[in-house]
Amino acid sequence: MSEAAVIQSHEHGVPPVDQHEPSLTPDTSGKLGMWTFLAADAMTFGVGIAAYGALRINNINWPEPAQFLGITTTAIMTFILICSSVTMVEALSGIQHGNQTKFRTFMFCTIIGGLLFLGMQAFEWHHLLGEKGMSIKRDLFDATFFILTGFHGCHVFGGVVYNSVLWIRGLMGKLPQRKAHLVEIAGLYWHFVDLVWILIFTFVYLI
Amino acid sequence: MASEAAAVAGHAPTEAHEEPNYIAIFVCLAILTGIELLVYAAGLPQIAKVSLLIALAWAKAVLVAMYFMHLAMERPGLWVIALTPVILVTFLCLMLLPDLTSRMWTHYDHRIKVTNPAFEGAHPVAPPPAP
Repeated sequence: MSEAAVIQSHEHGVPPVDQHEPSLTPDTSGKLGMWTFLAADAMTFGVGIAAYGALRINNINWPEPAQFLGITTTAIMTFILICSSVTMVEALSGIQHGNQTKFRTFMFCTIIGGLLFLGMQAFEWHHLLGEKGMSIKRDLFDATFFILTGFHGCHVFGGVVYNSVLWIRGLMGKLPQRKAHLVEIAGLYWHFVDLVWILIFTFVYLI
Repeated sequence: MASEAAAVAGHAPTEAHEEPNYIAIFVCLAILTGIELLVYAAGLPQIAKVSLLIALAWAKAVLVAMYFMHLAMERPGLWVIALTPVILVTFLCLMLLPDLTSRMWTHYDHRIKVTNPAFEGAHPVAPPPAP
């Protein structure tokens, strides 16, 4: 939408919506794109969790997860990811209100949260592969565990890179308030990663 | 208004909606996680434990989707996209259930012994393959 058209629409009390943007997300088509991607990604995770359940149900060889997995460590990881979701929405709130300092601070906290999660997951995997003798080739429990948590870990890594790019752009002054939608779209991805972990934590660790 | 200034500056603003109380959502999520851990440690019967844990996990997932991902403030049409994977995966699970619940599995080709001491001596319902 041209600048003149936006100003004109304001003068007539019409919301400044670009007619070429999709009607579901009239503010930006990027958000619709991210939602579509997340729906596809959710199906991948959903099938993974369904496969995990299918292999586990009525399988008398399935071990008690607590025999191998540390629930306390993972509960802390869950808490860290939930905290990072809060810092992400605060970063979005910052840039939407033109407060660059708030945006940079909270986005940095979000990145640190992601890195902490990855570090703890690396520590957990190291412990399971070494001391506990687990291996993706050993049995179905191990294979499904490493595939689900590994696939999720890749998403966290992707989110950390995505958020870091936005944070660096913010530091360089290349992310003004009018580009707040870029942070909102990144936020959708990050919250999705949190949401998936909530389900993995329950299905793989607690049940 | 900030969003208007942004629009005049050359880009459509993000749709204006009231900001939820993020800290309240965070507190709810933390409490629900705590309850999950309590349910896990409470020694409830398996069916009660599994049902409660799944319900709590879905409650947390819905909170994240509705308020952190702003689905509650989005246009209802977007819900179609968000709910599609949930419906499809539920359908997949329902299709698998008749097969999964009708027999006890060890490994159906019987080449691998039962390794879980709790089930030593158990016999699978599935018939062994023909020699």
